[in-house]
Amino acid sequence: MKKDIVVKVENLSKKYQIGEKLAYLTLRDQLMNIPQKIFKKRKKTKDFLALKNISFEVKRGEVLGIIGRNGAGKSTLLKILAGITEPTKGRIVMRGRVASMLEVGTGFNPELTGRDNIYLNGSIIGMKKSDIDAKFDDIIKFADIGEFLDTPVKRYSSGMYVRLAFAVAAHLDSDILLVDEVLAVGDNEFQKKCLNKMKNLSKSGRTVIYVSHNLDSINTLCKTAVVLDGGTLKYFKKTREAIESYYSATSGVIISSKNTTERKISFPIKNSKPMQFTSLTITKDDGKAFTHAITEEDSVECVLQYQISKILPIPTHLALTITNNEGINIIYSRDIGANHKTRVIRKQIGLFESTITIPSHTLAANIYSISISIFQTGGESLLIDNYNKVVNFQIIDKLNYLEKSPQILALSLPWETIKV
Amino acid sequence: MSEKITIIQPKGRFQFIDWKEIWEYRELFWTFVKRDVSVRYKQTFIGGLWAILQPFITMVVFSFFFGTIMNVASGGVPYPIFSYSGLILWMYFTSAISTASGSLIGSASLITKVYFPRIIIPLAATMSGLVDYLISSLLLVFLLIYFQVVPSIFIFLIPMLAVLTWFLASGMGLWLSAINVKYRDVKYVVPFLIQLGLFFTPVIYPISIAPGFRNILLLNPMTGLIETHRSLILGLENFSFIPLLISIFVTGLIFISGAFYFKSVEKYFTDII
Repeated sequence: MKKDIVVKVENLSKKYQIGEKLAYLTLRDQLMNIPQKIFKKRKKTKDFLALKNISFEVKRGEVLGIIGRNGAGKSTLLKILAGITEPTKGRIVMRGRVASMLEVGTGFNPELTGRDNIYLNGSIIGMKKSDIDAKFDDIIKFADIGEFLDTPVKRYSSGMYVRLAFAVAAHLDSDILLVDEVLAVGDNEFQKKCLNKMKNLSKSGRTVIYVSHNLDSINTLCKTAVVLDGGTLKYFKKTREAIESYYSATSGVIISSKNTTERKISFPIKNSKPMQFTSLTITKDDGKAFTHAITEEDSVECVLQYQISKILPIPTHLALTITNNEGINIIYSRDIGANHKTRVIRKQIGLFESTITIPSHTLAANIYSISISIFQTGGESLLIDNYNKVVNFQIIDKLNYLEKSPQILALSLPWETIKV
Repeated sequence: MSEKITIIQPKGRFQFIDWKEIWEYRELFWTFVKRDVSVRYKQTFIGGLWAILQPFITMVVFSFFFGTIMNVASGGVPYPIFSYSGLILWMYFTSAISTASGSLIGSASLITKVYFPRIIIPLAATMSGLVDYLISSLLLVFLLIYFQVVPSIFIFLIPMLAVLTWFLASGMGLWLSAINVKYRDVKYVVPFLIQLGLFFTPVIYPISIAPGFRNILLLNPMTGLIETHRSLILGLENFSFIPLLISIFVTGLIFISGAFYFKSVEKYFTDII
């Protein structure tokens, strides 16, 4: 192993068994299964590969970002690195003291005071008592809990609780730090503090492996990133490429990109459906390549293509939902109020295209995904076709990139200025 | 300075206990013990007095039924002090195994989030009860004075018995806590066994009242410990080493097998807890 490589992961796989065996087993369950085992064929337990043959290396002082959807295997990977669960195959070699921060406030006991919990949590995450003693003042300063230090943490406000938990974690010192999504809990002020902390760690030669959904923080923090998708790993030298790949990492649909200013996703045709989507294309209007995120000034155009193979007696509608990274549906739009012309057009067989434009200055900086559906209303509503979170895109705020606080909408409203 | 190298790969089924690693984590072990002790009587009105009140009231009730009404033999000492000297060790033992058996499940959030040798969880769980045992033995001093019983000169050996009982409770705790991760039946079995155990251990009666069952009772590792404990406190008449030696042997067997069993199933904890 080369000297500057501190984490080397080789052909790592993790297999879980799913199905019957997953639940808590009681002896009763086992006994109940005996007749089944005798009379029926044994039910096979399915193997589920959470990670498939993962290999990568991390250099000293590097901050590696790991991105991927829920269930892609990010947390499993981190848990294996942290030694919490064992790999099924493969090997990891790490050089230096490893500490993990998979959660803040692990082991906090609500009955104990803030002071006691600093020591409790500190030693759980791997700090020596002498380390904690030395950093105690820094920790309480960082946590900013003032006179509540000797109050049981169950009386803390949730904000104080998180700050304290965070403060301890932020003072954890190790050569290799594994961080999972912890930024999601703190308020913005705290997220920034922690980002800075991680930046400083890497400057002083520490290595950080950082898992997050928040591509913004990955982007600011990491030079290198990997994308996990369904347990397999795509390795990228540059974070931007990784993020770009993450956007289009949709499963089950074919991705085609005619040119770089648009992103087109084609859907397989199912003969059974009278009406179905054939593709979704999103385009940004500045004509620049899609490897860049969309800025607030761009408007986003979504083109939905669909095929009608059988004319349905009841009117049909299209709907498009834009969901932000926190899972909140920000925009929901359907062509239910569409004019008569639309309805007449759809009384034919063939390929159709509907375009919807999300004006610039509408969505705040965040990561969004688009879901589309076709449904029928009349009597009972019926879902004819739908694709959930089929494409992702990111909006960045050019003016105020780092200082942003969470917003949902960034509307361009008429500001009127006069001199009085 | 040479850097620590960590290698993670699938381990074989059979694993030795890494005592060196456990030693490295001794601070965490004591932190757990300290936490358990300080949380134990939090937000109770009488706090640590519970440690005395429980065996004391049990002793009073037993003295009334067994001592006064049924007139159970108590080897020449007043029944209250006879039963109390057995009860405090018995109560430590039972509270230790019941805490230990649920300890891993109670720490599920730790187990799935942080690495440390899991074995320290049940081992620490059996420690906190020792504080209660210590508090309740204070009352024993008063009882000795009140009933004017002269203790054995070897009473200073009592801590050794507490340590042996810790080993026994920990050995059983290793088995039970590990099984509990997979089979939650343990939760129902343990209180039941503890209840029955009181009858199969000479806590509130002397082993001499059941001569025909002596050999069976001696197989119970708590028998030798309770008997020796009592002899040390109340005087060494009729003291025999054999029950103690059997206890030590069985305790060693349970502890070592428990540690091996724990180690062999430990790797599944995170995935199935």
